[in-house]
Amino acid sequence: MHTQSLDSLAALEKRFQEKVDAEERIEPQDWMPAAYRQTLIRQISQHAHSEIVGMLPEGNWITRAPTLKRKTILMAKVQDEGGHGAYLYGAAETLGVSRDQLVDQLLEGTAKYSSIFNYPTPTWADIGAIGWLVDGAAIMNQIPLCRCSYGPYARAMVRICKEESFHQRQGFEIMLVLSRGTPEQKRLAQEALNRWWWPSLMMFGPPDADSKHSAQSMRWNIKRLGNDELRQRFVDFTVPQAQFLGLAIPDAQLTWDETEHHYRYGAIDWSEFQQVLQGNGPCNRERLAARRRAHDEGRWVREAATAYADKELRNRRSA
Amino acid sequence: MSNARFTYVLRLADANLILAQRLGELIGHGPALEEDLGLANIALDLMGQARMLLTYAGEIEGKGRTEDTLAFFREHRDFLNPTLVEQPNGDFGQTIVRQFLVDAWQMELYGRLVDSTDARLVGIAAKALKETRYHLRYSANWVVRLGDGTPESHDRVQRAIDTLWPFVAELFEPDAIDAEMEQVGVAADLAEMRAGWNTTVNEVLSQATLERPQNQKYQWWGKRGDHSEHLGPMLAEMQYMQRTYPGAQW
Amino acid sequence: MSDSREWPLYEIFIRARGGLDHKHVGSIHAVDATQAIEHARDVYTRRQEGVSIWAVKSTDIIASDPADADAFFEPARDKAYRHPTFYEIPDEVKTL
Repeated sequence: MHTQSLDSLAALEKRFQEKVDAEERIEPQDWMPAAYRQTLIRQISQHAHSEIVGMLPEGNWITRAPTLKRKTILMAKVQDEGGHGAYLYGAAETLGVSRDQLVDQLLEGTAKYSSIFNYPTPTWADIGAIGWLVDGAAIMNQIPLCRCSYGPYARAMVRICKEESFHQRQGFEIMLVLSRGTPEQKRLAQEALNRWWWPSLMMFGPPDADSKHSAQSMRWNIKRLGNDELRQRFVDFTVPQAQFLGLAIPDAQLTWDETEHHYRYGAIDWSEFQQVLQGNGPCNRERLAARRRAHDEGRWVREAATAYADKELRNRRSA
Repeated sequence: MSNARFTYVLRLADANLILAQRLGELIGHGPALEEDLGLANIALDLMGQARMLLTYAGEIEGKGRTEDTLAFFREHRDFLNPTLVEQPNGDFGQTIVRQFLVDAWQMELYGRLVDSTDARLVGIAAKALKETRYHLRYSANWVVRLGDGTPESHDRVQRAIDTLWPFVAELFEPDAIDAEMEQVGVAADLAEMRAGWNTTVNEVLSQATLERPQNQKYQWWGKRGDHSEHLGPMLAEMQYMQRTYPGAQW
Repeated sequence: MSDSREWPLYEIFIRARGGLDHKHVGSIHAVDATQAIEHARDVYTRRQEGVSIWAVKSTDIIASDPADADAFFEPARDKAYRHPTFYEIPDEVKTL
């Protein structure tokens, strides 16, 4: 492989940026800046890891779901999340990285995933809150990504968004039934909202001013809208939903700005976010330990499958 | 007569419900992402079958019990699943062997229930048969891969078969309920089922280079409500919410 | 920590309904062709989106080089006579 001269590198970058600006898609075999490739690998794999880890806080309520219908729906939702992880690992692999490499990074603790899944789900109401708030926030993030410049990622996002809308609806429906139920159920719902509100706002990431990757990602159409704008949209959408449920948002500073037509919310505790991101959240260690255990305990299975396939191949060749 | 039919249908329902509950414990903990999805798919199918059969059982009984009242408010001795399905997941080998033995049994069962004199069972069986065909393919393929994979996988799966084999006899042992339901053409013939099951299982075990254990005298009768120690903790977990918040809607 | 060998990657193509083409939907890992079809079914057809699945080992896919795109595809753009919009048909002839 010959090295590019600086001139032709500049020309390639120029043509690449023109494609992106023209809203054309970049596909796996197209030339792309190394930093674009690395940024995408990081972003897509983090997204994939989040889906996989996200199966755990909800999965632990499958055996205790309060009705057979809820159990069925929850199984389907968790299965979907695994499926989304599969789509996203697949998209990341088109960029020249293997799924095993990515999974190793996750299990070694060097890869990041969405901080939200490091929070516990102590009650059934948390399952409702996750569907309503966490999936709601995820959808808000994901819809613009359907127009992301990288083809495989954009297509994976289209698939995911189609499947995600039922996730949020089932969560909201759980909260609705709770908020119209017994006093105990209302209390469960309110306490779950109290637990998940601020972590959900943090899902959109730090303020744009503090976010080091944002500007370049936006120029490359990997990121379509800023963190603050998405967060504001989420708040504006969700506060009326909470009001409909008869639940109180746990923010004493929350007010309606009549001039700008936005909800103004209180200060986010970014130190908590940093702690969770660095691995000191309530469940970080448990989540990773569970994934490590599954991976380690499954090694003999994966190796057996490979060994069997090898035998079959040898048998076919000698037949 | 309707009492026998109620019991017969409930047995089939509980087999699905308890096995689905076992598989539900595993989602997110499988050996590979794709296996999580495969097992979840089976669990969802079994839950669907359980709900249809429970609902039908409730109708036969005629006391207004629903799929949920039956699932969450019966006690231990009123669950009628075969003891095999309540056995623990163990490692993936044990999970897949249990699944395979049950899938082969359900193929024989639903394959015959499509000709039942009970129209409702015919409908349920027709749908369930399609699903079971896929489950059996999935679990049988895995038994072969693991049996004929590495020395370690071979040992683990052989151990799983040896551990679960004592529970197989119950799947084909007829009692008065079976006899009565077979006589009126509702139930599948257990002797025929056993013959078909043996053919399938022997073929797969042979392909998998696994040994079929000796048949053993049977000790538990889950289908009569005499369960192993495993059902208790499962029910405690499954029924927790409904029993802790009586009267609440979810 | 990692496995000695990863399961190979397969590209998956699904025909959603009779009459349609197989469309590329993404990729999965599997040990062999049998498992590839099973995995593809579990990952990509959870909502009844398929009547037929094709699985191809990713390494078996032969692709055109984007650098050749101009030579390969540009000339076809000049052959407008291949497109129905090139031709003016009188309105009275409705069925063409």
